Amino acid sequence: MTISFSNALGIHEQALEVRVRRAEVLANNLANADTPGFKARDVDFKAILGEQMSGKDLGSTLKMDTTNGKHLPFGFDGGSEALLYRKPSQPSVDGNTVDTQQETAEFMKNTMQYQSSFQFLNGKFKSLVHAIRGE
Amino acid sequence: MSLSQIFDIAGSGMAAQSIRLNTTASNIANADSASSSEGDVYRARKPVFAAVQQDAMRMALGGDIMNDRPENQGVAVQGIVESDAPLDMRYEPDHAMADEQGYVMYPNVNVVEEMADMMSASRGFQTNVDIMDAAKTMMQRLLTLGQ
Repeated sequence: MTISFSNALGIHEQALEVRVRRAEVLANNLANADTPGFKARDVDFKAILGEQMSGKDLGSTLKMDTTNGKHLPFGFDGGSEALLYRKPSQPSVDGNTVDTQQETAEFMKNTMQYQSSFQFLNGKFKSLVHAIRGE
Repeated sequence: MSLSQIFDIAGSGMAAQSIRLNTTASNIANADSASSSEGDVYRARKPVFAAVQQDAMRMALGGDIMNDRPENQGVAVQGIVESDAPLDMRYEPDHAMADEQGYVMYPNVNVVEEMADMMSASRGFQTNVDIMDAAKTMMQRLLTLGQ
């Protein structure tokens, strides 16, 4: 009998990764809170998690082949369809759609969700250790 | 681990806001710097913020599509421009800098606007510090995984 890590850890491993990615996107929104014309972005959690679970990136499957070193990669540029633009509640005159309060709240929420994903993952590891020790 | 990218992003935000605070300090300090000619007078300085498109170049040079994420940019100060608002011309014939007609040129610095800018910059800085702190906590938690 073998222990399969991907079976044992379940969805939490991917969830943690997606939380980190979302934290990045939200941090970027906040860093650009005063940049004219910047559009706030966020990830579609369900879509991006599904993408992670299936183990492939949309960008890699829909990418065009490059046969020469000077060709530019074409297709989905590294990101995925899961990265969307936020609907602005109060867009400013300079075209910026970052709402600092909203983004901060989302960031904090994301941090808490990261903590819970982490707790679950940690619990899985702890139970594996228990099983190995046989205590 | 891509958590370290958050440090870069928040760091770029902090750097940009501190440059903004710097220009505000310079503007307020020079709000009353008089001059006799239009060419020499101090003009209010404003930073121009822009999102960084750092990954476009790396991708073109054969970067890894999976790991180079164009959405993670951070912010950069593209340059500092001088305001072209009209200068403040005051009739002060007794002033040492007065021209033949008795006028002295004062900078086009709006102190109230600068104060508002200062508050906005300091709040922006604070937000980025909070983000960095949260990222630090997340990273530290990750290091305790399995313990």
